[in-house]
Amino acid sequence: MSQTVTTREPATRPARRRTGRPWALIVAVCLVFGFLYAPIVWLALVSFNDSRTVSRFTGFSTHWYAELVQDERVIAALGLTLRIALSSAVVCTIVGTLAAFGLRRTFRGRGLWTVVLTLPLVVPEVVMGVSLLAFFVKLAGIPLGFWALLAAHVAFSLSFVVVVVRSRLAGMDTRLQEAAADLGAGPLTAFRTVTLPLVAPAIAAGSAFAFLLSFDDVVISSYLTGVGSTTLPVFVYGQASKRGVSPEIVALSTAMVGVSALLLLIGVAVVTWRARRVGRRVDLTVAG
Amino acid sequence: MARRRVPRWLAANLLLLPAGFWLAVFLLVPLALVVEYSFATRDTGPLRVVLPWTTRAYRTALDPAFLPIFGRTLTYAGLTALACLLLGFPLAWFIARHAGRFRTALLAAVLVPFWASYLARIYAWKALLDGEGLVNRLLGLVGLDRDGGFLLTDGAVILGLTYGFLPFMVLPLYVACERFDYRLVEASYDLGHGRVSTFFRVVLPGVWPGVLAGSLLVLVPAAGDFVTPKLLGGVDQSTFGSVIDDQFRGGNNWPLGSAMAVLLLLLVVVVLMLRGRRGEDVL
Repeated sequence: MSQTVTTREPATRPARRRTGRPWALIVAVCLVFGFLYAPIVWLALVSFNDSRTVSRFTGFSTHWYAELVQDERVIAALGLTLRIALSSAVVCTIVGTLAAFGLRRTFRGRGLWTVVLTLPLVVPEVVMGVSLLAFFVKLAGIPLGFWALLAAHVAFSLSFVVVVVRSRLAGMDTRLQEAAADLGAGPLTAFRTVTLPLVAPAIAAGSAFAFLLSFDDVVISSYLTGVGSTTLPVFVYGQASKRGVSPEIVALSTAMVGVSALLLLIGVAVVTWRARRVGRRVDLTVAG
Repeated sequence: MARRRVPRWLAANLLLLPAGFWLAVFLLVPLALVVEYSFATRDTGPLRVVLPWTTRAYRTALDPAFLPIFGRTLTYAGLTALACLLLGFPLAWFIARHAGRFRTALLAAVLVPFWASYLARIYAWKALLDGEGLVNRLLGLVGLDRDGGFLLTDGAVILGLTYGFLPFMVLPLYVACERFDYRLVEASYDLGHGRVSTFFRVVLPGVWPGVLAGSLLVLVPAAGDFVTPKLLGGVDQSTFGSVIDDQFRGGNNWPLGSAMAVLLLLLVVVVLMLRGRRGEDVL
């Protein structure tokens, strides 16, 4: 291979290597970011449109939002969504953090536990949804609604808390606990004063993600909402698939994206701020 | 260390017990139930009626009548992975090599849409691709508009899937690009290779684990998704995910839906085995 290429004239190569900024690449990156964000920006703009039709922009107005606030179905759905997301986040945080600590050191059976705990990340949502529907309706006899939704949301969010907390624990210097022990701290004191402050950002991030996952879920929830108890995404999905495009749903979608993005940014800010304070960077890619 | 009275394995198992219990009851048992249902005869009653056991649901699912749906699902998933790769590679390469201190910010910018309401974002595309939508009217300016818009087309579904799952591709690709030793590119240039040749012979093999991991991460949710084909497509765009959904949602045929769910799970298992241990660290 190298014999054939040495015959080519190498004179032009160094010049090509020094070409300052990769403009073609920058343009491509801008286009991709445009593709990612343009629909969201468009959604937000249209939600403030005065007109009934979303295709013509006639003027600025907030009356679609005002209508949402007055819509009893939306308020009820929002209430249920928030109650489930909060409860799910609390349960996931406690159960998931315990599990992450359990996986900290090696023991027989750790591999199997790891597989079980990452299973929810790989099972397709539709499969999880229909299996839970079958479970609640045919086997457990639990009526669909709040409790069924909560059980399901914890089941699919738990792994995220485990992954986030576990990666933080793995990156932690165990000598810190040993130092604490050497300085006379009992196991509980060492945990409270050394370990917990170090993992707290990861626990906070994990619960934020659990909340978000629950708040945004549509596929699994769509099988488990009972009569008169619909979550917000399921309500939007029902409206979106039944009818065409309506400004109310555009406003509702914008609000949902806004809340999710805000929560995510708060979560990321908390993690990076805390992480910087303790002098360590948390790998953001874990979140995906 | 004498203070540790509880053996390590017992302590670990106790800590893991609540999570294990939850996942056993609300994940493993339901999945087992679906496997059981997939061997059931048609179930119509309000309670569990599964006997007698039969493989009829699988024979129906693998019937030639369903072949177009298999083919379409795999085509959608494959084209989605390809589109994600084409869009995601420049992004990942740029963030890994040129972003400098904006690296974290740009990665977060890729992640924000991913975490912000998938449904709402697909809904935005539904409105954009509608006959009266912005895309059609913009294309109308150059005479490329289409009567009735672009909803209910294969392109719309692939676009929606690509949009929805792009971050799945970008993250593993980013990890691979970051690990890639750029000196190899310089060495390739020094040895007289051009840009194209360097890309295909040096860069692509170098980041291949990321390409593979990203593609598989996109393939699985794209094959199982039903929100996008239902919102952006029509009857002719039904996929594996949307057919499973139909069988359960309408109460049409649970055993058939279960059999297809099991087949989808098998696809995931195959994908995970293909991925092996190699790609695990990029998740």
